[in-house]
Amino acid sequence: MVTKEYRTVKEIIGPLMLIEGVEGITYGELTDIRLDDGTMRRGRVLEVHKDKAVVQVFEGTSGLAPQGVTVKFLGKGVELGVSGDILGRVFDGFGRPIDDGPPIIPEKWLNINGNPMNPYSRDYPNEFIQTGISTIDLLNPLVRGQKLPFFSGSGLPHSRMAAQVARQARVLKTGEKFAVIFATMGITFEEAEFFINDFRRTGALERAVLFINLADDPAIERIAVPRMALTVAEFLAYEKDMHVLVILTDLTNYCEALREISAARKEVPGRRGYPGYLYTDLSTIYERAGRIKGKMGSITQLPVLTMPEDDKTHPIPDLTGYITEGQIILSRSLHAQGIYPPVDVLPSLSRLKDKGIGVGKTREDHANVMNQLYAAYARGKNAKELAVVLGESALSEIDLLYVKFADAFEDRFIRQGEDENRSIEDSLRIGWELLGLLPKSELKRVRPEFIEKYYPENK
Amino acid sequence: MSTNNKGEVVKVSGPLVVARGLAGARMYEMVRVGEAKLFGEIIEIRGDEYSIQVYEETEGIGPGQPVFRTGEALSVELGPGLIRSIYDGVQRPLDKIAAQYGEYIVRGAESPSLDRSMIWKFEPVAKIGDHVTAGDILGTVRETKLVVHKILVPNGVEGTVKKISSVEGNVDTVIAVIETDKGPRELTMVQRWPVRQPRPVAKKLPPLEPLTTGQRVLDMFFPMTKGGTACVPGPFGSGKTVVQHQLAKWANANIVVYVGCGERGNEMTDVLMEFPELKDPESGEPLMERTVLIANTSNMPVAAREASVFTGITIAEYFRDMGYSVALMADSTSRWAEAMREMSGRLEEMPGEEGYPAYLGTRIASFYERSGNVICMGSDKRNGTLSLIGAVSPPGGDFSEPVVQATLRVVKVFWGLDDKLAFARHFPAINWLTSYSLYQEVVDKYANDHYNPKWSEVRRRAMAILQREAELEELVRLVGMDALPADDRLLMQAAKMIREDFLHQNAFDELDTYTSMVKQFHLLSTILHYYDEVRPALQKGVPLSKLLTLPVLEEISKAKLIPENKLEQFDELRNKVSEQVKALLA
Repeated sequence: MVTKEYRTVKEIIGPLMLIEGVEGITYGELTDIRLDDGTMRRGRVLEVHKDKAVVQVFEGTSGLAPQGVTVKFLGKGVELGVSGDILGRVFDGFGRPIDDGPPIIPEKWLNINGNPMNPYSRDYPNEFIQTGISTIDLLNPLVRGQKLPFFSGSGLPHSRMAAQVARQARVLKTGEKFAVIFATMGITFEEAEFFINDFRRTGALERAVLFINLADDPAIERIAVPRMALTVAEFLAYEKDMHVLVILTDLTNYCEALREISAARKEVPGRRGYPGYLYTDLSTIYERAGRIKGKMGSITQLPVLTMPEDDKTHPIPDLTGYITEGQIILSRSLHAQGIYPPVDVLPSLSRLKDKGIGVGKTREDHANVMNQLYAAYARGKNAKELAVVLGESALSEIDLLYVKFADAFEDRFIRQGEDENRSIEDSLRIGWELLGLLPKSELKRVRPEFIEKYYPENK
Repeated sequence: MSTNNKGEVVKVSGPLVVARGLAGARMYEMVRVGEAKLFGEIIEIRGDEYSIQVYEETEGIGPGQPVFRTGEALSVELGPGLIRSIYDGVQRPLDKIAAQYGEYIVRGAESPSLDRSMIWKFEPVAKIGDHVTAGDILGTVRETKLVVHKILVPNGVEGTVKKISSVEGNVDTVIAVIETDKGPRELTMVQRWPVRQPRPVAKKLPPLEPLTTGQRVLDMFFPMTKGGTACVPGPFGSGKTVVQHQLAKWANANIVVYVGCGERGNEMTDVLMEFPELKDPESGEPLMERTVLIANTSNMPVAAREASVFTGITIAEYFRDMGYSVALMADSTSRWAEAMREMSGRLEEMPGEEGYPAYLGTRIASFYERSGNVICMGSDKRNGTLSLIGAVSPPGGDFSEPVVQATLRVVKVFWGLDDKLAFARHFPAINWLTSYSLYQEVVDKYANDHYNPKWSEVRRRAMAILQREAELEELVRLVGMDALPADDRLLMQAAKMIREDFLHQNAFDELDTYTSMVKQFHLLSTILHYYDEVRPALQKGVPLSKLLTLPVLEEISKAKLIPENKLEQFDELRNKVSEQVKALLA
């Protein structure tokens, strides 16, 4: 196809450019934008109407003048060159290496938008991933092919948790190839440095690919970042048989970039000014997690988002929760008590938990212990609330035990070190120690044979 | 008027394409867009400009590319082979597409909706010389172990049967020839129907029979009818999808159409893997033998999502027309409404509430109005029903938003899911204080006649106890349980038993997942029996603590696991309650 160049930019509005007199342009086409000083930017066609094209400029439009720009339409969508050598590399938000390494020699060029997976070809996620964090492994187990977001708030240690998961995550079978893809959208330089250094320090970088878009990088580039990351993930998972964990942080910044474009296009806004298609757009990211029948690899997603004002009903966490298979919610009050990782156990949920645990996957008593810990902690928290209103003397003896349990649970089970990699057996052992604080007759959700076998007797 | 078969693209904006030069094309006509021949549908006409919603990703489409007319509105193929299929929103068979094109849905993928390689055996019912009109049964095909597919005279055809015989072949095989006013007409096993047009019926009747679901909270307190409408709104994590799956599994309908509209891919996989394994409680055959699946997951093109609901309901109507009871579950209608909103925004229409189009309410209403208890077309006046159950996913769990409100204006049953119950791990998390069913009277009457004459009384009393509990709970929060008078404590106990031993139901437990109507009655009346026995005992001076810790309570709490074939155990249980109370009085 002939490439076409135009110098007919008529309007520049926010991140968008309107170019007139174009011919043979198609929707979604990638463009090279050359400034007269020789610098290059990239764009994508968002709308084409007769001889007019609206192009979204990934690097932003600041410094552009309609007269000083040449736009070249490349006749193809936004593509990324991928190769097996991509592991261990660091890229910017547009897939250009920023680690002083050589350029990637692509085995393949892939459209970053991907194609929707045929629901019929999906394989059900049911293999347990051990993250080494008790509140995830035991209470909200993650399975291969799942998408499980962290709902966090500003100032909470979601980055440290994400890095810990990236370091520790493994499957219980041996001999499987594992890779981590880490994509940032609008995080600060310090956070990004923390991740890169953490990955270097622990050697995790060798099996990782990083896409870094910082807070001062162009906002519009954030639209492309998760799609770049997932394109690499699909390549590694389904063509190189790897189990890929994709960590995306912070989706809130992604949604804001989307809102910016929507506003510039004067679209009818949905809730809080976000475009009406936010749900659809997010689903084209999240739904790229999964497994395919007959393929070795898998894609597991851990998106991180910060809830504005810790509000779970804000459109970003709300729509995310409707697409993802559960959520891990971080608690400001646990964090204030100095507990790391501050996982708010009660509202957190892994929808696929029942599929990945039990005999042959983790341990026979896993489901029972999970339900019992959950119920006991809920009761302990309730009792504590009651004690605040009515005074501790109003609590029955058994409720006092539950209060003790809840405190111990937060201190010994939820709390763990940043480098503490607990195996699922360790987590179960701690769980049983805590259940030992309660009399056996209270353990109604555990089968008698498991109580017989695991209840700590030596106290 | 001149007509053109081919036009050209002038504008592309996401799933919206505007074309020119399609003179003669009508609203909702299907077109193929661009060299890639993407599927699309005309949704607006202004002068010579035709707005087309395209069911596939439009990347690579641009002005100047051709648009081809098909001359037909978006239609589905109806005939043997529908059952056990899994389709996308525009009735493309996903299993065949996967075999043909691989794991991803590529653009322009095409495969016939009904498998032409399947051979069916047609047995005639009509005889040569019979006069037949639209809706009459020509013959039958055994489609699955559970479904006998009736081949009907298509709409608009009337005449005398000239030729008909037992024949084997694929759906395109001619099975009969009808001599009509306009000459002989050959009929095959397949017909087409435009999805946006309701299939005609002879007469609509009010719903009369319950649609049982095996879910205690629904069947007992908020019953649904065959031919009725219900909605299940709830915030994420409150268990909408589990409720919908349970209904698809256990509803006593002949045919189930499950529309996964803009939801998770892994959930559809779950259905696909589970349904062939699960057995229908009545026939013992796999549930898949009566199920049609429509899967348009959230990441599949948004325009096809808008169509998926209509595709599903047209297939459902087709089976209703055979005289079956059909239930359609749509999960979730919010995603469908959002698809409408997205297309409306691209058309630059004036928005109504929260950016939704002003016609949102009308569209939702016209969808639910396609339900009903009907006398089907055809001279034998057979009865068919179509029940609709839509999940709604309100943003932030806020039931005041437009989709929930527009839905509540038309549906008769409201099953409100509550995330507080879900957090307390009370499932199904249906709030018994806010939910309602306007079919209560109809079902009470039916249940009194068919299950137990005391049905409506037991239900009313149990609900009154739950209502009273809610009032007392306010008090308990202020003063503590111990401050309540003794008879109120007994009521609280009864209410707790109704909640924990009756309403709470574990969808993942083999025995608990389904409860027959008769067993539901036994279970609830056993709890009320306890309450009836202990109240007078309290008056006679038996200490409250003894009544609250009656040993039989342990057994009542396990009574939901009494097998369906051993319901006499409930009589023993009730006797035991009486005996233990009597012993305290002695």
